[in-house]
Amino acid sequence: MENIIEIKHLSKSFGSHEVLKDIDFSVQKGEVVCIIGSSGSGKSTLLRCVNLLEKPDGGEIIYQGENILDDKHDVYTYRTHLGMVFQQFNLFNNLDVLSNCMVGQQKVLHRSEKEASETAIKYLKTVGMEDYIHAKPKQLSGGQKQRVAIARALSMEPDVMLFDEPTSALDPEMVGDVLKIMKELAESGLTMLVVTHEMSFAKEVSDRVVFMDQGVIAEEGHPDQIFNTPTQERTREFLSRVLTKN
Amino acid sequence: MSLEWLLKIVSQNGMSFVRGAGITLYISLIGTIIGSVIGLLIGVIKTIPIPDKKGAKRRFLKCVNGILSAYIEFFRGTPMIVQAMVIYYGLAEAFNIDMNRNFAAILIVSINTGAYMAEIVRGGILSIDKGQFEAAAAVGMNHVKTMTNIILPQVIRNILPATGNEFVINIKDTSVLNVISVSELYFNTKSVAGNNFRYYESFGIACVLYFVMTFTVTRILRFIEKKMDGPDNYIMSGNQMQVQKPEDALKNSKKG
Repeated sequence: MENIIEIKHLSKSFGSHEVLKDIDFSVQKGEVVCIIGSSGSGKSTLLRCVNLLEKPDGGEIIYQGENILDDKHDVYTYRTHLGMVFQQFNLFNNLDVLSNCMVGQQKVLHRSEKEASETAIKYLKTVGMEDYIHAKPKQLSGGQKQRVAIARALSMEPDVMLFDEPTSALDPEMVGDVLKIMKELAESGLTMLVVTHEMSFAKEVSDRVVFMDQGVIAEEGHPDQIFNTPTQERTREFLSRVLTKN
Repeated sequence: MSLEWLLKIVSQNGMSFVRGAGITLYISLIGTIIGSVIGLLIGVIKTIPIPDKKGAKRRFLKCVNGILSAYIEFFRGTPMIVQAMVIYYGLAEAFNIDMNRNFAAILIVSINTGAYMAEIVRGGILSIDKGQFEAAAAVGMNHVKTMTNIILPQVIRNILPATGNEFVINIKDTSVLNVISVSELYFNTKSVAGNNFRYYESFGIACVLYFVMTFTVTRILRFIEKKMDGPDNYIMSGNQMQVQKPEDALKNSKKG
């Protein structure tokens, strides 16, 4: 399988605190990778480094054979190939649901209004929000916002979708809806990189689970292996902590 | 105050007051609009993220920011009446620049408002949730696209009350432009009162006119704010009930 994104020796510090230490990591085409780990382990920072919302201090991010950390590389074009779903939804507050899904297509990809709205509606249907196209973000519930946010990211037709704890800010009853959509997306063959606290989702849906601890990838492998026979002591510790809690 | 005098002044000098009020409104409106545009531009420029790495771009941005800060500090830190003297008479004396009085008035009000608006806009941009910037960045927008499509529409709504405040202040503060003989309301009132020596009645009328202008402007802006917020409800697209409304049925049957 070909690697879509390959990360080599990535490091990132906030002040004197080293959040990511020499991370080597890759995502293959069509693969669903879940990143798990306790809070502060650096998993969100890793995801945000992938689309350069955080600027890494060192290392390489290889996308389509090119190191996008090179100065000459265009960050904005690169980002259009990655869809991002945030924990706090971050829908554009000044735009309604349809425009949220269209603005990127029109202003960045320069699609025509007709094409943009058709694409937007197609993906709003995927997430089951096509009835709400004229609603403003403030009128939607958390689960609805997150579904629109997923549609907005999909409308750009990215190569990889990044999910940064997409269900952490949701009411428990909304979590199921969003996870169901993500599961459908995973089954459709979309490449996904998911930071999550939802262990059952990681177990069922992902092709590979990455466990992060204190800024390093402590263990990675098939979900069965990680969840049933973890080799590392800290993985075992973490899993026993989160799984008993549920 | 005598009613006779009041009526006499209104009948004799009414047009002078109206013209003065017109000029006042004209200068403060144009000045506020141009000032707001200046403020928005400066706000956008001042919030361009400065790169960490040393280089030409970083030096250039720092330099531009320095100049803009100097402009803001200078025009906020000196009285408009003094600026008016410097710009109108000062430039004429030093460089032989002969400006039209109304043009000078608009120029002075604009750059003054611009300095205040720049800070208001900057505050407005800083108050927008970081997530909005990140989401815009995540779909591949650069600083200008992020600003024009996402941030500024929200900022403009948020700073509308402050902008209205500036407008009201400008309506009142254009009165200082009488020092460069702009024929605005205060200047005209002074001429009227100078002729009839009825200061109480004349300036009483000016007072009422100023208040009517500021109050109307405040109400109009409040209305615009409400309009911009839009309705609290949204319309579901598609007929959820799948039932035809009677009026639609009528329309369809006519067409058919």
